[in-house]
Amino acid sequence: MATNGQQPTPNATGTDKVKRGLAQMLKGGVIMDVVTPEQAKVAEDAGAAAVMALERVPADIRVQGGVARMSDPDMIEGIIEAVSIPVMAKARIGHFVEAQILEALGVDYIDESEVLTPADEEHHINKWGFSVPFVCGCRNLGEALRRINEGAAMMRTKGEAGTGDVVEAVRHARAVNGEIRRISCMDEDELYTYAKEIRAPYNLVRETASLGRLPVVNFAAGGVATPADAALMMQLGVDGVFVGSGIFKSGNPAQRAKAIVKAVTHFQDAQILADVSRNLGEAMVGINVTPDEVILGKRGW
Amino acid sequence: MKIGVLALQGAFIEHNKMLARLGVTAVEVRLPQQLAELDGLIIPGGESTTIGKLASAYGLIEPLRQFAAAKPTWGTCAGMIFLAKDIGSQQQPILGSMDITVDRNAFGRQIDSFETDLKIAELGDQPFHAVFIRAPVVTAVETTVDVLARLDDGRIVAVRQRHLLATAFHPELTDDLRLHGYFCGIVKCTLQANR
Repeated sequence: MATNGQQPTPNATGTDKVKRGLAQMLKGGVIMDVVTPEQAKVAEDAGAAAVMALERVPADIRVQGGVARMSDPDMIEGIIEAVSIPVMAKARIGHFVEAQILEALGVDYIDESEVLTPADEEHHINKWGFSVPFVCGCRNLGEALRRINEGAAMMRTKGEAGTGDVVEAVRHARAVNGEIRRISCMDEDELYTYAKEIRAPYNLVRETASLGRLPVVNFAAGGVATPADAALMMQLGVDGVFVGSGIFKSGNPAQRAKAIVKAVTHFQDAQILADVSRNLGEAMVGINVTPDEVILGKRGW
Repeated sequence: MKIGVLALQGAFIEHNKMLARLGVTAVEVRLPQQLAELDGLIIPGGESTTIGKLASAYGLIEPLRQFAAAKPTWGTCAGMIFLAKDIGSQQQPILGSMDITVDRNAFGRQIDSFETDLKIAELGDQPFHAVFIRAPVVTAVETTVDVLARLDDGRIVAVRQRHLLATAFHPELTDDLRLHGYFCGIVKCTLQANR
C-alpha cells in the first residue's frame, strides 16, 4: 500500500489494540493498591507491574463506611509523578464524569469498580467513548462479556475486596473459566440459547468459545493476601493478580509485596513458593465473607 | 532450533504463539538453567522495572549478559530497554548488551499509545503495522548499530547490532510474522557460522 506513494496511515491512538495491549503487557504481574506516593515507590521497588491509586484501601472503606468516591486529583498526580510504572485509578460504576476527570489526569487505566459506591444502579460507563482503557470486575462469564461489550479492555474477578479471604475470587475465576470450557464444546444453536441465558451478546459468546478464553486479559482480584493465594489464582488460569488491602495492611509490606511478585512469576514452582512464603510477618487480618457482611461483589449489573 | 522466551512477566505467551506458527519450539525461561541449549532468546514486552527486578532476584542478569554476548537475542519494548547500554537516569537493572541509548515512556502516558505503519527495508516493501504501548525510543546509536526503522519524524524504533535485535513496538500483538521470521533467520545464520 505504501509502495504507490500513498500517505502512510496516521498514528492511531485509543484503539482497541493499544487499550487491550497494555493489559497484555501487565500479564504475569501484580497490580498493587497504594494510597500515597511513598507506598507507590515501595510497590514499584518490589516489582509491581502497575499501581492502583486510591484514597482508602477496600479494608478501610469496609470499616469506615460512607460513600466511597474517586480519589483527589492531587493525590493521584502525586502517585503518577512518583513512579514510572502505569498508574490506574478507580471510578464509581456508571460515573462517567469521574472517568472523564481521570482520563484528563493522564491515568493509564480506569477501574470502574464495585469497591466504590455505585453512581448508577442500571448503567455502566459507556467505555467506547474514552481513549483511556478500562478494567471491570466480573463474577461470571455473562457479566464479563457485558462489560467487554461496553468497551472494557481488561477484566478481573470481583472477589470480595478488603476481606483477605480469597474464596470469592476463586468462585469467580472458576465460574468464568468453567463456563468458557462448557461453551467451547457447544454447537451454534446452543450458543444462541446460552448467550440469551447469560444475558451476553452472541458475537462475544461465539468469539470466546472459539478462542477458549476471554477476548481480553483477565486478572484475579478481591481477597488475595498471600503468595500462595496469588499462585492459586494463577494456577486457576488468570493472567495476573491485583492485591488491594493485602500488602499495605500487613506487617511487612515491602517483603510481602516482593514475595507476591515472585509467586506470580513462579506460580508453578512449589519450592520457590515455599521459599517466598517464609517469614512474611503478619498477614492482613482477614474478615470472613459471610452473608451478614456488605457484599461489594453484588454491585454491578 | 530452540528459541527461549523470557517469561518473568509480560507478553511472553504472544511470542510463544508467533514462534509456534513458524514451526519453532519456544521454551519459557524463568531461571538461569533454562538458558542452556537455547539457540536464541526473545525478551518480551512487559514492565521493564518488574522484569529487571525478577531477573536480579533469581541470578539471571549475568547469565543473560553472557547469553546475549554470544547468541541472538531480541528485545521488544521493555526488552529493548533491558538490552540497552544507557537508559538515562533510570535506576533499574539492565543487561547493557547493545550500544544504544533508550528513553523510556518516550511518547507519554497510555492515552498517547498508538499504532502506525512502518517502513522496514529489511522486510520488503509491504509496511509493517506496529503497535506502540507506553513505548521507548532509541535516542542515540553507536556506529556498531544498524537502524532498521524510524517513525515519520525520524525517531528510531528498530535497531540491529550483529546478532542482537531491538524493537520499540510489539510485533507479537499483530498477525505479521515477518519480524519473527527475520529473527529466526539471524538465529539460523549464527548456528551455521558456529558449526
